[in-house]
Amino acid sequence: MSSSTIRTAPGTARTTGPGTGGRARGAWNTVAALLILAVLLFPLYWMLVTALQPSSGIDVDFFPTSPGLDSFRAALDSQGRSLLTSLGVALGAVAVCLALAAPAAYGLAQFSLRGGRAIVFTTLITQMVPGIVIANALYSAYAELRLVNSYLGLILADASLGLPFSIVLLRAFMVSIPGEVVEAALVDGANRFTAFVRVVLPMSRNALLTAGLFTFLFAWSDFMFALTLNTTDDVKPVTLGIYQFVGAHVSDWGAVMATAVLSAVPAAVLLVVAQKYIAAGITGGSVK
Amino acid sequence: MSTVTAPSVSAPAAGASSADARGGTGRRRTALLRWLFIAPALLYMAAFFGYPLVRNVLMSFQHYTPTTYFTGEAPFNGLDNWRAVFSDPLFTDALWHTALFTVGSLLGQFTLGLALAVFFSRRFRLSRFVRAVLLLPWLVPMVVAAVVWRRILDQEHGVLNAALQALGLTDGGVPWLSSPDVALLAAVLVNIWIGIPFNMVILYGGLQEIPRDLYEAAALDGAGPWRAFRSITLPMLRPVITVVLVLGFMSTVKILDLILALTSGGPADATQTLGTVTYQMSFLRLDFGQGAVVGNVLILISAVFAVLYLRANRADFGTGK
Repeated sequence: MSSSTIRTAPGTARTTGPGTGGRARGAWNTVAALLILAVLLFPLYWMLVTALQPSSGIDVDFFPTSPGLDSFRAALDSQGRSLLTSLGVALGAVAVCLALAAPAAYGLAQFSLRGGRAIVFTTLITQMVPGIVIANALYSAYAELRLVNSYLGLILADASLGLPFSIVLLRAFMVSIPGEVVEAALVDGANRFTAFVRVVLPMSRNALLTAGLFTFLFAWSDFMFALTLNTTDDVKPVTLGIYQFVGAHVSDWGAVMATAVLSAVPAAVLLVVAQKYIAAGITGGSVK
Repeated sequence: MSTVTAPSVSAPAAGASSADARGGTGRRRTALLRWLFIAPALLYMAAFFGYPLVRNVLMSFQHYTPTTYFTGEAPFNGLDNWRAVFSDPLFTDALWHTALFTVGSLLGQFTLGLALAVFFSRRFRLSRFVRAVLLLPWLVPMVVAAVVWRRILDQEHGVLNAALQALGLTDGGVPWLSSPDVALLAAVLVNIWIGIPFNMVILYGGLQEIPRDLYEAAALDGAGPWRAFRSITLPMLRPVITVVLVLGFMSTVKILDLILALTSGGPADATQTLGTVTYQMSFLRLDFGQGAVVGNVLILISAVFAVLYLRANRADFGTGK
C-alpha cells in the first residue's frame, strides 16, 4: 500500500502541489473511473449473470444468489461444435495471413522495390473495401470453385480480414531492422530466404504476435463470411450459431447468454495475456 | 556475389565487360527473388480484394435469378439493375438510415471517446487497468454484443426498461427494438457503446504526444482548462481526430453484423442500411445483380473517404520510412 502511494506521489504533486489535496483528487478520479467502468461493462456483466442463473433467463437477479452452470452445459451441447469450428478457422486464418504478410512486409520494408510505395498505398485502401461487397462477388467464384461450405474457403476469406492490417503493422516494424543484420547472415552462407526465417522472423516476434492476435480476433469475430459463404450447417462458426440461436424463437436465454460468454472468452483472455500488444495494435495499425 | 547482397544500384566500377554481364543477370535474379517475397500476398490481394471489386461492377450489369447458380446463366441487361435499385424505396430509405446511423454513431463514439481519453490522461491509481478493461466491448464479436443487447433492450423482459421504470422515467416499457420509430436510435446507441473504446484508445495515444510544457506555458499565461483544451488540445490532436473519424466512418457505413443480429433490418425495414440491403438483395432474394448495385454505391461512398484518409496519412508517408 505504502509503496504504491509513494510511486504515484511525484505525479500528483507536480500538478496539484504538495499536501494531501492531490492524493484526495486522485482517489476521486479512481472512483469516477470505476463508475465509468461499471456503466460501460454492465451489458457484459448482465450477459454473465443471465448465463449463471438457472431460470432460463426470464427473471434475472441482479446478483446471482444461487449460480449454476446448467446454461453452460446446454450451450456446450448445442454450440460446442461451433466453438471448435471457430477455433480451427481462426487459427487457420492466422496461419495463412502471417505466411503471406510476413515476407511481403519484409520485402516492402527492406527492398527498395519499384512500385513498393504504391503497394503499401493499395494495402491501406483494401482495408476499406466493405466486406459485404467482397462476399457478394466471392460467392460466385466460390460456387464455381466448389469452396462454398468448406473450411478452406472460410479460412481463406477470413485471412483477408487481417492481411492488410498485418502487412502495414509488420512493415512498420521491419523498417527498423538494420540491413547489416541480414547481410551478416548472408555472408555466413545463408540464402535470402533462410536469413529471413532465421534472423528477421525471430527479431519481429512481438510484431508477429500482435498481428497474429488481431487476425485471430478478426477471424473469430467474423460473421459476414460465415453467413454468406455457407449455405448448410457443415461449417458453422459460433457467430453464425448464436445468430441462428436467436433467430428462432428463443426459449432458453440462459443458454444463449452462456454461448455469448464462451464466445467472448478469447477477447477476455487476450486482454489479460496480451494487453500491451492490443493497445500497440490498435494505435500502430490505424495511425501509422 | 557481392551484387546479390548490395542493395544499392551502384555496382563496383572495376569490373570487365563479362563481369558486368554477370552482374546484370545477378541483379535481375536478385530483383526476381525479392519479388518472390511479395508475390504471394499480392496474388492473394488480387484474388480477395481486386477480383471482387471488378466482378462486382460486372455483376451490377447482369441479370441474376435464383436459378443462375444451377444454369450458370446471367445475361447482361444494361442499366436495368441500376434503374430498379434507384427506384426502390427500400434503397432510398436505406441510404437515409445509413446516413443517420453513421452520423449518430460517430458523434456519440467520438465525443464520449474523447471525453474518456482526456479523463484518463490524468494520473491516478488503476487508470491503466480501467483503460485496458474498457476495451472489452470492442473486442467481443459484434454479433455477440448485439445478441446481448437484444436481450437488454427487450420491451417486456429487458433490464433497461426495468431500470427506467424503477427510476420512474417511463410508464410503459419503451419498445426499443419493436417500434419503427425508435429501433434505429436503439441501434445507434448500441453501436456507440461498441465504438467508444476504439475512439478512446486512439485519441488517448494522440493526447500523450502533446508536449506537457505547452500546457504549463498556457497555465502561466492564465489560461483555464477549457481554454487550454480549445487552443492546445484540439489543434494538436487534429491529425489523430481525422484518422479516428475516417476509420470510424469506414467501419460504420458498411454496418451489417450489428443490425442483422439486433433487428434483422426491421421492424418494417426501419433499420435497413446499405449493408443489410446488399445482403438481402443478393443472399435472400438471390438477385446478385441488384445487390451488386448497392454494393457499388457503398464502395463509391467509401472511396471518397479513402481519399480523405490517405490525405490525412500523407504527412506520415512523407516523413516516415
